[in-house]
Amino acid sequence: MTSSPLIRALDRGAVGFVLVLAAIGVLVPLLNLMLPPTSAWQVPTYLVALWGKYTCYAILALSIDLIWGYCGILSLGHGAFFALGGYAMGMYLMRQIGTRGVYANPILPDFMVFLNWPELPVYWYGFNHFAYAALMVVLVPGLLAFVFGWFAFRSRVTGVYLSIITQAMTFALTLAFFRNNFGFGGNNGLTDFKDILGFNVQAQSTRAALFAISVLALIIAFLICRTIVASKLGMVLVSIRDAGARTRFLGYRVENYKLLVFTLSACMAGVAGALYVPQVGIINPSEFAPGNSIEAVIWVAVGGRGTLIGAVIGAIAVNYGKTTFTSGTLAPYWLFVLGSLFVLVTLLLPRGIVGTWHHLWQKLRERRTAAANPQVAAQAEPTPKPAE
Amino acid sequence: MSSYERIIAVVFALGLLLASALAANAQGANAQSYEAALAGFTKDSFNDTDDAINAVAASGSPLALQVIEALQDGRLLFTADKVFFTDQSGTLLDAASGKPPATAPTDAQPVRVNNRLRRTIEAALGALTLMSPDPAKRVEAAQAVFKSHEASALATLEAALAKESDGRVKRALSEAHAAVILFQDDAKEEDKLAAVTVVRDRADQDARGLLAGLPSGQSPAVQKAAADAIASIDNRLAMWSGVQNAWYGLSLGSVLLLAAIGLAITFGVMGVINMAHGEMVMLGAYTTFVVQEVIRQKAISLFIPFTDIGFRIPLPFDLSIDWSLPIAVPLAFLVSGFIGILIERGIIRFLYGRPLETLLATWGLSLILQQAVRTQFGPTNKDVSNPSWMSGAFELGGITITYNRLWIIVFTLAVFVALLGLLRFTRLGLEMRAVTQNRQMAAAMGIRTARIDALTFGLGSGIAGIAGVALSQIDNVSPNLGQGYIIDSFLVVVFGGVGNLWGTLVGAFSLGIANKFLEPYAGAVLGKIAILVLIILFIQKRPRGLFALKGRAVEA
Repeated sequence: MTSSPLIRALDRGAVGFVLVLAAIGVLVPLLNLMLPPTSAWQVPTYLVALWGKYTCYAILALSIDLIWGYCGILSLGHGAFFALGGYAMGMYLMRQIGTRGVYANPILPDFMVFLNWPELPVYWYGFNHFAYAALMVVLVPGLLAFVFGWFAFRSRVTGVYLSIITQAMTFALTLAFFRNNFGFGGNNGLTDFKDILGFNVQAQSTRAALFAISVLALIIAFLICRTIVASKLGMVLVSIRDAGARTRFLGYRVENYKLLVFTLSACMAGVAGALYVPQVGIINPSEFAPGNSIEAVIWVAVGGRGTLIGAVIGAIAVNYGKTTFTSGTLAPYWLFVLGSLFVLVTLLLPRGIVGTWHHLWQKLRERRTAAANPQVAAQAEPTPKPAE
Repeated sequence: MSSYERIIAVVFALGLLLASALAANAQGANAQSYEAALAGFTKDSFNDTDDAINAVAASGSPLALQVIEALQDGRLLFTADKVFFTDQSGTLLDAASGKPPATAPTDAQPVRVNNRLRRTIEAALGALTLMSPDPAKRVEAAQAVFKSHEASALATLEAALAKESDGRVKRALSEAHAAVILFQDDAKEEDKLAAVTVVRDRADQDARGLLAGLPSGQSPAVQKAAADAIASIDNRLAMWSGVQNAWYGLSLGSVLLLAAIGLAITFGVMGVINMAHGEMVMLGAYTTFVVQEVIRQKAISLFIPFTDIGFRIPLPFDLSIDWSLPIAVPLAFLVSGFIGILIERGIIRFLYGRPLETLLATWGLSLILQQAVRTQFGPTNKDVSNPSWMSGAFELGGITITYNRLWIIVFTLAVFVALLGLLRFTRLGLEMRAVTQNRQMAAAMGIRTARIDALTFGLGSGIAGIAGVALSQIDNVSPNLGQGYIIDSFLVVVFGGVGNLWGTLVGAFSLGIANKFLEPYAGAVLGKIAILVLIILFIQKRPRGLFALKGRAVEA
């Protein structure tokens, strides 16, 4: 085959999915901005921000699906990369406040003035430039993932051990960011943002633009993931997932493949966090909480791991459910629903929504071909089950 | 009687006479000096009052204490030539005789005091209470003198020291004496050196402060002795603070061990990741709460879950809250163990061989259990009280040991030993080990592996429940109780080595102690972060923990 990996990656389902996403990314902001608020078709601004948030979660879910669904690495600390990206963006937004803060200090953010910091700490330098902050959004989570993964994969920490130490990592970061003298606003985090690139973050148009950018980022992330899994690299990843030792004996450097995809996934999570912060208007240490990371894993499980599209659908579906439940009288029951989701999906729907759909579709097709041509069906190999 | 003997008798009698005369004379002199001292209060000048206080205190009169206390409270009155005071009941008394005066004075006014005088009064009172009949008061007074090292107390101190027989008071007195000597410019060098030794042997913060605050102008030998003593005290203090840290570490380690030991069974022996383990601990703690509530209300309230519909059965007998823990321990074991078996039969058995799925499913369970408890008992902390035998503390050398921590350590070790014994000596333990080591072979030998799985999981959960009873004594009983322990417990098990109870023991105590020794340098939070980072690095180095089961598997 001579076609480029990107072309190969775009099968019918993927193209359709990208088109739907693109349509949403264009239509929703347009319907929000162009129509008067009285119109029945007008999308309210709060919905734009809410769906922008879901989109960021979907990027995070994609990044988890890439490593869990295709490489068998269950990270229970991906929320940490998401939050680090968020903090990098939050630091840029803090510096943009300038003299409009409560203490009107042109350099120091409010919380530093409040805590009597004499000057800006070195690691805050440069965050007044958007380009630098954008670089850090990708670099900081990527670097942490690289160092962490380098240690972990080289010494062949796998399976639940890896899950537990990733969870310990995000727990350690939670504790660190809760500290006031760590320089990131303690348990209040970073908030009260004013501008992003000169635009008011509260403005309707900015929110619509951020939504469009988030959807664009989701499309790009999806295409990157799709390209990877459809390439030879993706094949190696799947073989590492299904038979890690055998792949190593075949001569592949398993740890390098894992490290590459883990770092890439962390960078994606960082971008998701960076887009998330201006839309929700706050970032605080609770984003690092281990519970968040595990919740993100269940989005992928609900949607169907190893499907990419499923991760996006799962993230949006679960979070839509969460919003619906927690904003009504059913709020105390949300945790029952979420908990049951964890249990029922793992027990009854291990393939997730999209995976089950694919499975049923395939069975139906097999039955049709079997009816039309019994010989071919007999020769057809059973689809290999992914190792857990 | 010979003449010789007679002479001796006469001399002896004379001697006796003389001695008694001298004694009478001395008493008379004392009484005179006391009355003379009292006159100082009539001058209405601060300096004279100051002298009078010291003279009264030194006079040894039985009234001295009353008079100076009266002065302190502003109850001491004076006229042109006499001094009076009112006692506690308000009766006016003559200070010279201690009896009500024949004629009440008309122009008496209170003796005025200022801050300088108040200090003198306190020192004088300290010196006077050195003679108190109550040993505890004497020690207190000696401590006060040790801190003030007031020179005026020296005479009283020496007198008190001479007739003191209680060893503890004597030590306190000699320390106070040494402190006064050290602060006297004209004391002899060898006295001062001896005093330094006495103070050094006291070896606490106060002793160090005293030596460090010595006035300048000491002889070189004394200076050197003081410096050596400070160094020696510092060593002692460092040692005690080390002992203190080790004790706190043991205490934390026992808590970690208690929380992790059930996990060592489910995760270590069965290989099942039970994220709801913390909730089993939480259920144990709530069982304790319910038991205490039943004891308090003297009735068992039964109700349909999540509603208020129910009825009460009054207890036919009265029970002390001290019994709550012995009752709660088996109950918590049963409650958590039963729920554990339900979880194993209902969920986990379908997920064997899929550890990551087990992890997610049990995490979901933990959310459900937390929310169920929150709905039933409310989100706030529940009040679980300490039984009387678990409250209080005692001093051991330089550290304070609380009974609840001590009991928890003892209890943890008891649970650990019981568990080891169960695994080693019972049929269930034998079958558990068999299933762990080789499931197929065990099944071939006729062991019902499914039943053993359920019982093992129930055992691990039940022990978590017992841990909850203990943790309810030192932690807040809230729906989030378990979450705080889950990550720590996993780290303990992974650090110690999966499938090895001794590894869990060593892991828990070394983590606990390391944590407490890091805390003074790094603070509680940074210390914890450092421990987490160290464990993460450690797992890289030894992915199977401290005491890994030896094997040749490529992948576990």
